[in-house]
Amino acid sequence: MEKGKNFILGVFDDEDILLEGVHKVRKAGVNIHEVYTPFPVHGLDTALGYKYSNLPVASFIYGMIGTISALSTMIWMLGFDWPMDIGGKGHIPLPDFIPITFEFTVLLAAHGMVLTFFIVSNLWPWNYKPKMFDPRSTDDKFVMAIDLAKNTNIKIEELEKILKDSGAVEVNKKDMN
Amino acid sequence: MQVTSPVRPPLVTGGKKAADVTNDICKQVEGKPTKVWLVAMGISLITLAFGAYCLGTLWWEGLGLWGLNKTIGWSWDITNFVWWVGIGHAGTLISAILLLFRQKWRTSINRAAEAMTIFAVLCAATFILAHMGRPWLAHWALPLPNTYGSLWVNFNSALVWDVFAISTYLTVSIVFWYVGLIPDFATIRERATGVRRVIYGMLSFGWTGKAKDWSRFEAVSLVLAGLSTPLVLSVHTIVSMDFATSIIPGWHTTIFPPYFVAGAIFSGFAMVQTLMLITRVVYKLEDYITLEHIESMNKIILLTGSIVGIAYITEFFIAAYSGAPYEKFTFINRAFGPYWWAYAAMMSCNVISPQFFWFKKLRRNLVLSFILSIVVNIGMWFERFVIICTSLNRDFLPSSWAMFYPTFYDIGVYMFTFGFFFTCFLLFAKYFPVINMAEVKTIIKSSSGNKESH
Repeated sequence: MEKGKNFILGVFDDEDILLEGVHKVRKAGVNIHEVYTPFPVHGLDTALGYKYSNLPVASFIYGMIGTISALSTMIWMLGFDWPMDIGGKGHIPLPDFIPITFEFTVLLAAHGMVLTFFIVSNLWPWNYKPKMFDPRSTDDKFVMAIDLAKNTNIKIEELEKILKDSGAVEVNKKDMN
Repeated sequence: MQVTSPVRPPLVTGGKKAADVTNDICKQVEGKPTKVWLVAMGISLITLAFGAYCLGTLWWEGLGLWGLNKTIGWSWDITNFVWWVGIGHAGTLISAILLLFRQKWRTSINRAAEAMTIFAVLCAATFILAHMGRPWLAHWALPLPNTYGSLWVNFNSALVWDVFAISTYLTVSIVFWYVGLIPDFATIRERATGVRRVIYGMLSFGWTGKAKDWSRFEAVSLVLAGLSTPLVLSVHTIVSMDFATSIIPGWHTTIFPPYFVAGAIFSGFAMVQTLMLITRVVYKLEDYITLEHIESMNKIILLTGSIVGIAYITEFFIAAYSGAPYEKFTFINRAFGPYWWAYAAMMSCNVISPQFFWFKKLRRNLVLSFILSIVVNIGMWFERFVIICTSLNRDFLPSSWAMFYPTFYDIGVYMFTFGFFFTCFLLFAKYFPVINMAEVKTIIKSSSGNKESH
């Protein structure tokens, strides 16, 4: 058996049964490689033991960079590089800088976050042929993939039984060579 | 485990299941273009070509082709700009603000509404470029290093704020929309073969639906919604400041930001209503865009229309109460001057017509909803025209009072944006999933009226 190439797939057809199933399978000591779902299932990430994403923190940092850079650039341009008297407002009219500072903050926070999301999840147009365990997981089925190489202590027959008992409607083997 | 609300009617009717959602939505993308679509596309392309000729000639010859004069320096151009930007706001409102408020009825209409936002903002940007006269110098609006001793743009100007607001709004809307499209493109990819599979594979960015990716996806959606909500409010606030920071009577009012934002949502929902009422019939999506959705949108149209009505009355009251003679004159001129008919059109279309929606029977009437959605958009166009033109046409010096008469090119450039908008929307409706499949599937169990337990 080649390492990391052989999987057992438990196919579920209901998100609530899937959630219970994930708890049961993990309780039985099985290492779940990944679960593929057609839509976001609430609570699935915590059930699988994933931590909440740090992307909001990243977004906040990008936003702060936007705030500071926009404000300091405007202060430097109108306050120091070329000071001008515009309507008697003074050289550094802070209230007038608020709209652009806000817009630039949002600009960097939003684009920075999405770009980071694409990088960490490896989502790019050139990945147009991703390896799918089961194409139905983009339609209406929930697919739990179990890597045999990471569960060598459990027999295959036993794994199949655990999946069936957890509510999987199908149990398939998949060679990912 | 079937959870159905005893009070609320289902959001998706017809006993649909997740696989039905996939089939119903992908059918449009996978099928051959229908005759209706081809005819609509043909008309849009002809309009676009005619408009492109007018726009090209305008840029070649200069702004003298428009009906502007030295008294009325802004007219149809800025009217159309504000009109299109306002229309765009409904998409962001539906996808961002309704997401934060957990309004699940948004799932069936958010995709198309966001697409409408993007195309509408692009149309608005066309007028920004067109009214510059020399669009090849558009980058002068940005603070770029230059050979004039680094003469920077004036950050005190609301017009410069607008450059930042519109460009941020456009790009963030595109990204928000596209991130939501990725999982649905993956669904189409897995059903496709050959070249189509490669194209939709590229569009789907290799999405596989991992639980980890969904977790991140949800985080991104929530933060983008949180960012877009103040953004959309700021954009129309800044658009209103283009007027409010000036000292022209009729423009120089603090009521403008909330008044403009309410008006934007009002016209935007009317446009969503127009497009959705057509789409649901042509694509047979009555089970997804139900009477409940249409009624909900009509309620928002009623609310925002009434806010706009109160704003009109408040403006008049303040003009009288402030005792400022110029302000008073402007408002009397607005209602009873040479543009009284535009004012009357605005009042009847925006304030009176939505009041029909107080009645449940009328809110759920498709024909009336369709007619009123168009009436509202006509009214909102007149609102911007009234604000812009009637504040300018009779200025401080009676010898320079003037009227504005649109020329062939005023109409032509407006036609260009219609051609552009509908061409883009038709392409979207044919080749992209018009309803957010992944999001609709999340509510199918709780709100599809599907009594059969899994």
